[in-house]
Amino acid sequence: MAHTNDHYYVPHGSHWPIVASVALTVGVVGAANWFNGNASGQAILYLGLAMVAFMMFGWFGTVINESLKGMYNEQVDRSFRQGMMWFIFSEVMFFAAFFGALFYARVLSVPWLLGEDLSTHQTLWSAFGENWPTNGPGNVGGDFQTIGAWGIPAINTLLLLTSGVTITLSHWALKANDKGKTVLWLIATVALGSVFLGFQAYEYVHAYSDLNLTLESGIYGSTFFMLTGFHGMHVTLGTIMLIVITIRAAKGHFSPEQHFAFEGVAWYWHFVDVVWLGLFIFVYVL
Amino acid sequence: MSTATATHDDHHDHGPAKGLMRWVTTTNHKDIGTLYLLFALVMFFVGGAMAMVIRAELFQPGLQVVDPQFFNSMTTVHALVMIFGAVMPAFTGLANWLIPMMIGAPDMALPRMNNFSFWILPFAFSLLLSTFFMAGGGPAAGWTLYPPLSLQMGDGFPFMIFAIHLAGISSIMGSINIVVTILNMRAPGMTLMKMPLFVWTWLITAYLLIATMPVLAGAVTMLLTDKFAGTSFFSAAGGGDPVMYQHIFWFFGHPEVYILILPAFGIISAIVPTFARKPLFGYSSMVYATASIAFLSFIVWAHHMFTVGMPVVGELFFMYATMMIAVPTGVKVFNWVSTMWKGAMTFETPMLFAVGFIMMFTIGGFSGLMLAIAPADFQYHDTYFVVAHFHYVLVTGAIYSIMAATYYWLPKWTGNMYDEKLGKLHFWISTVSVNVLFFPQHFLGLAGMPRRIPDYSVQFTDWNVVSSIGGFVFGVSQLMFVWIIVKAIRGGEKASDQVWEGADGLEWTLPSPPPYHTFTEAPQVK
Ligand code: HEM
Ligand SMILES: [Cu+2]
Repeated sequence: MAHTNDHYYVPHGSHWPIVASVALTVGVVGAANWFNGNASGQAILYLGLAMVAFMMFGWFGTVINESLKGMYNEQVDRSFRQGMMWFIFSEVMFFAAFFGALFYARVLSVPWLLGEDLSTHQTLWSAFGENWPTNGPGNVGGDFQTIGAWGIPAINTLLLLTSGVTITLSHWALKANDKGKTVLWLIATVALGSVFLGFQAYEYVHAYSDLNLTLESGIYGSTFFMLTGFHGMHVTLGTIMLIVITIRAAKGHFSPEQHFAFEGVAWYWHFVDVVWLGLFIFVYVL
Repeated sequence: MSTATATHDDHHDHGPAKGLMRWVTTTNHKDIGTLYLLFALVMFFVGGAMAMVIRAELFQPGLQVVDPQFFNSMTTVHALVMIFGAVMPAFTGLANWLIPMMIGAPDMALPRMNNFSFWILPFAFSLLLSTFFMAGGGPAAGWTLYPPLSLQMGDGFPFMIFAIHLAGISSIMGSINIVVTILNMRAPGMTLMKMPLFVWTWLITAYLLIATMPVLAGAVTMLLTDKFAGTSFFSAAGGGDPVMYQHIFWFFGHPEVYILILPAFGIISAIVPTFARKPLFGYSSMVYATASIAFLSFIVWAHHMFTVGMPVVGELFFMYATMMIAVPTGVKVFNWVSTMWKGAMTFETPMLFAVGFIMMFTIGGFSGLMLAIAPADFQYHDTYFVVAHFHYVLVTGAIYSIMAATYYWLPKWTGNMYDEKLGKLHFWISTVSVNVLFFPQHFLGLAGMPRRIPDYSVQFTDWNVVSSIGGFVFGVSQLMFVWIIVKAIRGGEKASDQVWEGADGLEWTLPSPPPYHTFTEAPQVK
């Protein structure tokens, strides 16, 4: 065993990356055709997504097997950790673009349209007088109402914050080598995440059917749905990741010393948590 | 037990698999580096062909060769292909080949992801180029894709957007791999401040990429939803603002231009000391200068938007911040020149390209400073002066550094010396023609010729003729580059391990060509 660990493990040829490239390409070709109104687009998109799922099973499966065989030494583990952290950083920057759009609209462009910049106001839309939340001088998408912060969104905040605690409890249990509690707290985290998603879905239905708040409700609807929507997608992904590591924890894949996958998922979960706090403050409260 | 033997085998040195699948499934940093470099070379000629169309159309006033829509798609796709398809993959290829050898690592930190990063690229660019065959043609709104113009594209629009997403995913993964390799895979004794500058500049470049590519992804995603999902990010009617796109884009775009030049700084910092036979002057100031350029590059983006209508405070802030970048950039040029000062210099092809880089990149830096002066930029903006500026920093800057690097490390990669006579000829023809091509564009711009226009007023004719002639000569002479590379791959005088008398660094301790796996046992760095 000692022998397997003294070298950095460099895998040999792998066909998963090329499967991944093809899968992504099929997916985006499908999506592009769908956007262009071609009947076959949706089917091709789903085919691509199925290929992505297949690839993920295969690729991660290979990595898990290698990990269980003890082929990864501490240095490999560090590579995974650092890689995950930089990946999360890139995700933060992706959200930053949409938060940037929100701030820009609220702090600069909407006030300019309103008259803070006189010439813009006068030459473009002199009749415009509606501050945030707004769907713009064109009343794009029609009159709408917004979702108050202190109903479901506040509950959702509590849910996610609590899930941050439960995953930490699970981590502590893992470090204490208590498999039962590890799995239990993980299940609690998955449950909290799922309830969050349920509420979020309910809220979307409510927005669309009762409030006339849609993706097309001008800049308010655009920023609201793109931010909460991408966040929701990330929570969904995080929940799936949590389910995977719950199963793996139950199978005894993790030891108190070696459990990168667990920690990677936990970091990711904290990341979606923090993004939500930003959303709660800047999209709902303020 | 059986698993133990299986893994045992994995550690033995062995050659690559055979046939095409070697390249498709490879996880070896040298193979992947080669793939990146070849891909970049192909894209260099694809983008170059488009440049030839542009120069043919501009050879004479009036509409001569292509229709205006197609002309605009030529300028747009030329830029996208050269930036994302040629220069960035070439630098990533160099990083793949060199960084593990320079820091004494067995391979890149995440070898499977490395393969993924490369193999997305051919798909991404097939998508991009396929838009030419769709209703409405290729993208024609300029590589910056400003709305509302870019939203008027035909069926190709979503394909172009997804191509950018895929290329972005590729660079983010490639960069994560590079950062992790540098931070986690250095041989014992290879402290950060002992790393070759190429490694340092790539570390900082990769950081810039991870920070800004997702922002570009966000910007083009908003374009996509504005077109297809009814959002109003960039439409004033809905309370959005087309100028907002420009801010988000250039928040990515300006760091991107440094992404295109920082690795070049690293290359020049490797080559100049070798041929001056002196250690690099001011190593640590080079590191700090690189870091400050990276930092400053995040707070200067609106110098691309001086004429768009910004509050005066904004104009002033971005003007002064931009000018500040000239300071660390000047530090670098000063250090290269000081390295050469009183050196025992020889001028083999890599050195010629490096010296050419220093001189002509500096010309581009100075025109950049002129553009940085907001009131002056009101005149220069969107003229050929800008085109001249960025071609000096990109062609005689980034591309020259890539050529210098190719000549410098080709003997190490292939084990054969390239043809020195042809290399020198390639340099001189390129350097004369590239100046004939781009220098007159300064005059055209100052005289008021707008960029991205297929036709022009007759008083601009003379310099356009000159520029086009320079362009054709430069374009054709790049075939020499391919020929020299092919020749060196196929044979030639055997290179020694050291290759260059004055070269210093771990990669020169390896055989030429290096075995398929190197540094499986980490070297001790003193
Ligand atoms: C001393 C350093 C530099 C300064 C002060 C500078 C300044 C500027 C300014 C003010 C502009 C905007 C001009 C306009 O559109 O009116 C510009 C454009 C540009 N610069 Fe630079 N620059 C510098 C270095 C570089 C480098 C190193 C690169 C790339 C390797 C670069 C690439 C570009 C490109 C591609 C554009 C045009 C973008 C477009 O509109 O398509 N610049 N530069
Ligand atoms: Cu810039």
